[in-house]
Amino acid sequence: MNRKRRSRMPLYAFVAFVGAMAAIPANAHLNATGMGPLYDGLMHFLLSPEDFIPVLALSLLAGLRGAAYGRRALFVIPVAWLAGGLVGLSAIAAAPHPFVAAAWFLLLGAMLAADANISLRLTTGLAALLGLYHGYLNGTGLGTSTTAAVALLGLVFGIFVLIALAAACVVRLRAHWARIAVRVAGSWIAASGLLMLGWAIRTR
Amino acid sequence: MMRNRQQILARWLGVLIIVSLWSQNAFAHPQKAEAVGFLTGFRHPISGLDHVLAMVAVGLWGAQLGSPAIWLLPVAFPMVMAFGGMLGLMGVPLPGAEYGIALSAIMLGAAVLFEIRPPLTIAAILVGFFAIFHGHAHGTELPPGQSALLYSMGFVIATGCLHAVGIGIGTVHRWGWGQKVLRAAGGLVTVGGFFFLWKAAA
Repeated sequence: MNRKRRSRMPLYAFVAFVGAMAAIPANAHLNATGMGPLYDGLMHFLLSPEDFIPVLALSLLAGLRGAAYGRRALFVIPVAWLAGGLVGLSAIAAAPHPFVAAAWFLLLGAMLAADANISLRLTTGLAALLGLYHGYLNGTGLGTSTTAAVALLGLVFGIFVLIALAAACVVRLRAHWARIAVRVAGSWIAASGLLMLGWAIRTR
Repeated sequence: MMRNRQQILARWLGVLIIVSLWSQNAFAHPQKAEAVGFLTGFRHPISGLDHVLAMVAVGLWGAQLGSPAIWLLPVAFPMVMAFGGMLGLMGVPLPGAEYGIALSAIMLGAAVLFEIRPPLTIAAILVGFFAIFHGHAHGTELPPGQSALLYSMGFVIATGCLHAVGIGIGTVHRWGWGQKVLRAAGGLVTVGGFFFLWKAAA
């Protein structure tokens, strides 16, 4: 019997993805974990789709391009996020702009759906920009308390782990259909971005 | 070898069933507008049978056409539909959206029924044209006071799952009896489309 061994990784990844998506709304009102500011920051990231989804999209795209891209995103995004957040902590509160949030969804989702053949330099630039912008917004949102910096640190840990898992899962995908499934995720993200844009225009 | 593929297929169907049953208890206590936003968005595409019929027909047709259409349709469709939804949210009027949706079920069902195989671009343009109507109808119906992001995500994910259901059903196309079943399903979708056209006109 010539049984070909197939990797079950895509299956697990898919189930984990759906599980993660399904769990988001249920815990949306969990602000204090009761385990200190570090975990509060981590949970804040995991439960904020406007932060979580662009990072996921960029790490999936980096994973599609290869291990070198994934490694670059893995280290650039958290560092930029931390830097942006530290600046944001000492700044006056800035309201997140709905147009920019929608634009991140659209840009990264469309690039992922198109399997864009971006250069390593462009990946670095996008990662740095994404980290700085969202980190700054997070920083201004965390308040002026002394524990805010610790929460920011926990948040950045969460980002690091997410990128590592998402990119690593995609890097090892070889099957055609599995890579397409990743691109479908990008298409969904871009579609959500389009709807957000329409909503932002309507409520302006 | 054949047996192995069937095992893989059975495993995938199992996963699909688990996943489609999964989300139920997660939403048991929606307290804030955010959770409600995701739930409303997710429920919206599933609540209208006309929309469900057309989305499943897209998946069926894709499965019938085979590669690359089976991959192109689910990647391209959500974005075109969201574009229609954006037009709806912006208040751009689209006359006869109900007719367009009913007509899309008729056309897509007929395409599956007669196993029409147009060139890929024509299939994509046809599906994309109808996708705008579907998106527009949803975009105008976002209830106020709910998280737009979570509503959008729920809405897009539900539509994608409907495609997946269509493609999943379409996997029976590999067997002789399955091809007949598929064509019969296309006929059913067409009949449903005529029913909704009649309702829209009445």
